[in-house]
Amino acid sequence: MVYLTPILIVCVTGIVAGVLLTIAAKIMFVPADERVEQLTEALPGANCGGCGFAGCSDYASAIVNDGADINLCPVGGPAVSALLAGIMGVEAGSAEGEYAVVLCGGYDNKTNKIFEYDGIPSCKAVKTLYGGAGACGHGCLGYGDCVEACQFDAIGVVNGVAWVDRNNCLGCKACVKACPNGIITMVPRHNLTYVACSSTDKGAVTRKACEAGCIACGKCVKVCKFDAIKVENNKAVIDPVKCKNCGMCVKECPTHAIVKLPKPPKAAAAAAN
Amino acid sequence: MMTQLFIIIMGVILVNNYVLAQFLGICPFLGVSKKLNSAVGMSLAVTFVMVLSTVATWPIQTFLLDRFNIGYMQTVVFILVIAALVQLVELALKKYMPPLYRSLGVYLPLITTNCCVLGVTVNNIDSSYNFIESIANSFGAGIGFLLAMVLFAGIRGKMENSDIPEVLKGVPSVLIAASILSVSFMGFSGVVEGIFG
Repeated sequence: MVYLTPILIVCVTGIVAGVLLTIAAKIMFVPADERVEQLTEALPGANCGGCGFAGCSDYASAIVNDGADINLCPVGGPAVSALLAGIMGVEAGSAEGEYAVVLCGGYDNKTNKIFEYDGIPSCKAVKTLYGGAGACGHGCLGYGDCVEACQFDAIGVVNGVAWVDRNNCLGCKACVKACPNGIITMVPRHNLTYVACSSTDKGAVTRKACEAGCIACGKCVKVCKFDAIKVENNKAVIDPVKCKNCGMCVKECPTHAIVKLPKPPKAAAAAAN
Repeated sequence: MMTQLFIIIMGVILVNNYVLAQFLGICPFLGVSKKLNSAVGMSLAVTFVMVLSTVATWPIQTFLLDRFNIGYMQTVVFILVIAALVQLVELALKKYMPPLYRSLGVYLPLITTNCCVLGVTVNNIDSSYNFIESIANSFGAGIGFLLAMVLFAGIRGKMENSDIPEVLKGVPSVLIAASILSVSFMGFSGVVEGIFG
């Protein structure tokens, strides 16, 4: 009896709790939305946050519960958008992906140095010292904070300036957030021509600091047939929507600050779109 | 009677604070105090579960365990009851109050077997509080938990922006801050009795 009572009481308590819970689970059954799970599976699972949500599953539940757009995933692009659209039963729409571009052409031999930096190899660190070792306060610092941020091995530092490899870039914007100078920006995938300079200094100041800087001379604006270039804040800006990648401005630019990337092979272009 | 309840509540918030003086519930205290929002959410969930578990465990102790003289089974039975209760509450919230369920989120199942919940229920019995006093004590314990969490979330917010030596970054600095906060709460000992006693 000494042993039996406690055993009985505990067992009975457990059984009562169990039965109550089972009944409660039956009565208060809430049908879970299966679509969230399906969406999560359809997403690439990179959890890069490029869509603006905390991760792929977060994005999936935002689509179902808050009506988020289905074409926000930069990694999966249109293929995944179509999958998501299929699950949600809506039109996919045309979402062209984006690539990151680094708006700086100040390679080691182009930009003057104001001092030799020998500290922690990080862009953020070097920026705290007079805005960086280069004479230009707007250029690529070259210590690869963006390289570290990139999960897809799509960005590297060549000759002191970060360079985006379009074969690997999925447009997740991690590098855009990582750059302390804010010189990385996103352009639509078809866009090949961009002004590789972020300097908002006056032309003469830019000239002194860097051979490759945009001096805001406005020659490109005149030569552009599509009205795609404007000079704002002492630098030329190309509107990627109007730009037809004709390359006229590239030839005209006296400092070669405008860069045109080689056309990707047809197969790659098709995959990119 | 009201004074008595007030003394119990104030005492458990300031003097016998469950986190800072009795060192129960340290896990959520260190784990969920990074952001003020989640700290408050967690604390409210803890308060809710504490009061609810007391409502359930006090009668069980008094009418079941004491009657059969098996008070030593307290821990086992209490854990069982609290776990089942939290599950039940979770189901009910999911069904009838989805917004509250979503805002409590993962914290509710997390505190199912948290030691501060068990600690409060056991302490109620050990202090031979009656039913009303037990509920007051649990409520005060929850508010004390809230106070500790909010204070500590503020401290951690400040710490994130300060220049901490490399060796102390992360957990060490958090633990040191927690101990200093705990020591500062020792200053409250005797205050409540001094005012109301």
